[in-house]
Amino acid sequence: MEAAQPKELTPQTPWQEFRQSFAQNKGAVIGLVVLIFFLAVGITSPFLAPYNPAQLFDGAYRLPPAFVTGGSTKFLLGTDDVGRDILSRLIHGTALSLGVGLMIVVVSLFSGTILGLLAGYFEKSVDRAIMRLTDIIMALPSTLLAIVVAAILGPGLVNAVWAVSIVAIPNYIRLVRALVMAEKKRAYVMAAQAYGAGHIRIMVGEILPNCMAPIIVQATLGLSEGILNAAALGFLGLGAQPPTPEWGTMLADARPFLESSPWMVTFPGLCILLVVLALNLVGDGLRDALDPRLKK
Amino acid sequence: MLLDVQNLTITFNTKNGLLTAVRDLSFQMETGETLGVVGESGCGKSITNLAIMGLLPSQAIVSATRLSLEGKDLLSLSEREWQRLRGKDIAMIFQDPMSALNPCYSVGDQLVETLLVHRDMSKKDARLESLNLMEQVGIPAPGERLKAYPHELSGGMAQRVMIAMAISSNPKLLIADEPTTALDVTIQDQILRLLKDIQEKRQMSLMLVTHDLGVVAQNTDRIQVMYAGELVEAGLTRDVIHHSTHPYTAGLLAGHPDARQSADKTHKARLPSIQGMVPNLRQRPQGCQFHPRCAYAQDKCRLEAPKLTGQVSCHYPLPGSSKIC
Repeated sequence: MEAAQPKELTPQTPWQEFRQSFAQNKGAVIGLVVLIFFLAVGITSPFLAPYNPAQLFDGAYRLPPAFVTGGSTKFLLGTDDVGRDILSRLIHGTALSLGVGLMIVVVSLFSGTILGLLAGYFEKSVDRAIMRLTDIIMALPSTLLAIVVAAILGPGLVNAVWAVSIVAIPNYIRLVRALVMAEKKRAYVMAAQAYGAGHIRIMVGEILPNCMAPIIVQATLGLSEGILNAAALGFLGLGAQPPTPEWGTMLADARPFLESSPWMVTFPGLCILLVVLALNLVGDGLRDALDPRLKK
Repeated sequence: MLLDVQNLTITFNTKNGLLTAVRDLSFQMETGETLGVVGESGCGKSITNLAIMGLLPSQAIVSATRLSLEGKDLLSLSEREWQRLRGKDIAMIFQDPMSALNPCYSVGDQLVETLLVHRDMSKKDARLESLNLMEQVGIPAPGERLKAYPHELSGGMAQRVMIAMAISSNPKLLIADEPTTALDVTIQDQILRLLKDIQEKRQMSLMLVTHDLGVVAQNTDRIQVMYAGELVEAGLTRDVIHHSTHPYTAGLLAGHPDARQSADKTHKARLPSIQGMVPNLRQRPQGCQFHPRCAYAQDKCRLEAPKLTGQVSCHYPLPGSSKIC
């Protein structure tokens, strides 16, 4: 708390209010710390990783982690079936997984927000066209659709991003459309019209900022979903291809050795779990802090 | 002549048939004049304003033999031309100032934006001008208030900001749509006086729309009373208030509580009210729109719609009571 202010109590800025509210949520703060840790690891991965993720160590096949009997301190988290260091692969995979998640969010958020904004603002035929399109996408199971798209585009990390993004777009369209429709009826929109604002100014300048809070929350949760879906595609062999140290792909590679070398699946799985959990905690915290209806 | 409206009719195409919200409305406004528009909810006041601003929803059908501002025909304007006109030539202030300001931006940002759009100004000049405007509408410590967000303002303060925004582009006509309904009575008076003051200083025309006769009685040059989308009585404020000849106006005036009377303990009579309801605008009654509720209605009223002659639109106008409001 700041020292007593002599003159008058200045009202909190929205940012201060948000920070205070967010800090009260222990889970969200823990999630944020975990997330920052992974982000830092991802950014510094080329320097942090002890070995090149694709480097093969002869004779060091499926070594257990260092803290288990038979493990070597040379490979802290053990090696995989072709003798690659799991720790190095995980560290490099962090950058990949977070990057993929972010790209998915950027693509789906951007296109979903624009389409949702158009649908909610203009209604009528524009709305009908966009909503029928989302209905079609939503009528198919999301993972299945991602698989179909990835299969059509061909396996690969970039194509997996597209596939998962397309699957995620309807969430944003529906959310933004509903928000815009509610905001559109507010008096300030009418006031903006009465002051001569055009459609684009009203959509982007007036309505969209007022819809931001739920969109930010959805983007955070979408990030975790994107990482999960990308990992799932990797696991199915449609995402990142084998030498790439992507977590989902690592899981897929480790599947045959589930019983003999459990550390090979444990660590990538744990990483996915931690990142997704952290993101969900942060997302919930954001929602609590940003949504005025949930405020005490 | 600033605003000229002739035979304005506004119809909505709804699922349950055609709804005529405003019918054959004609009125004019001179530069520098204050016109009070009075009527109960749903009588077409706000719809008329929106038509003058070109802000009616697309399902509304507007027809008029004339709708012009300073001789410029408003009916033929394109959307782009409307946008240039709105906020510049005609400005509007709203019933609930708290929700008419965008909660995401500080008051200063919103004022500056309006200035940047309608007046060729640099950002710096716009900042200075917004300070100046805030002072003109009587906001204390305008520099600090510019940084405030709408939720940090009181209702009266927010309405002052709205007025500042409205006058920022020197509009020729300011439409105030129930500007004081959401405010408490002491603030109401201040805001009305401020509006009047600004109107006189800037020689701007002011259209004060309200359902409160007390508000218009003190602050307007002319009054027009609307009922079911039609003009029932129009004239100089003092004539309409003191010698109201339409039974509806007389009924509204009789229903206005008098503080002296209600304080008087011996006088415990109920306030008189107008019986019945506003007609369903989809199934309008034949003849005079007011006849189902009118105590003086005769056969002619049920058959033939009256025309506005002189001050009043009534077949059997009252002699003109002299009730003092």
